[in-house]
Amino acid sequence: MGEFLLVTIQVDMHDRLARTLQDDLTSQIERTGAKGVLIDISALEMVDSFIGRMIANISAMSRILDASTVLVGMRPAVAITLVELGLSLPGVDTALDVERGMKLLRARLAPSPRHARRQV
Amino acid sequence: MPVAKSDVITVQSEHDVVLARQTVRRLAQELGFGIVDQTKIVTAASELARNVVVYGQGGEMRWEMLADGPRVGLRLHFVDNGPGIADLKLAMTDGWTSGSGLGLGLSGARRLVNDFEIDTAPGRGTRVSVTRWK
Repeated sequence: MGEFLLVTIQVDMHDRLARTLQDDLTSQIERTGAKGVLIDISALEMVDSFIGRMIANISAMSRILDASTVLVGMRPAVAITLVELGLSLPGVDTALDVERGMKLLRARLAPSPRHARRQV
Repeated sequence: MPVAKSDVITVQSEHDVVLARQTVRRLAQELGFGIVDQTKIVTAASELARNVVVYGQGGEMRWEMLADGPRVGLRLHFVDNGPGIADLKLAMTDGWTSGSGLGLGLSGARRLVNDFEIDTAPGRGTRVSVTRWK
């Protein structure tokens, strides 16, 4: 996926697996120098506070490693439940699907016109 | 409240937390819950089952399908023989945790169900009962 990492979560994860994913992903960002991470959770039927925290952690850690995270594909019922649970994932960018998520990452990585002018 | 069906599953490990939510999903579907209601009760079950494992040193989940005339619901009891909760008011506060979690387990689960009851005392374990009506 070029400079982006795509993570598709397909299974109902137990907590240890979620922690492993978090660790693996941060090592992969470091190893590949990826500038963006897409986490596709369209297969997830539920996100509880533990998985929600893992997503927020991945986002925070990748930011520190100079990569942006976009969470894509959250089902509407999952979104409704997460907010009611009390987890609104502040600081985590989202997009409806992988394609839109890629667009968001590309737009972010492209130098802004104003920034480019200043360099000239 | 007439109980149409009930059973109990063990909640001792992280894997059991996954089994608990799969069981609750299947039951909610069987009762004809809509997708949002299914997701809410499954998420509440996940939080409460994890509490049983992490804070209660393991226990069980008893489930009951309720049928009150045309009204159907799912009641879940999460029971452990752990240390119990000394300060329930504090434990029910958003963002407060005695462990490493986010402190949304109990308070968040309460918002996801229609009825929420908790019975606990130091040294006596904890029992959390939740009901979601269709």
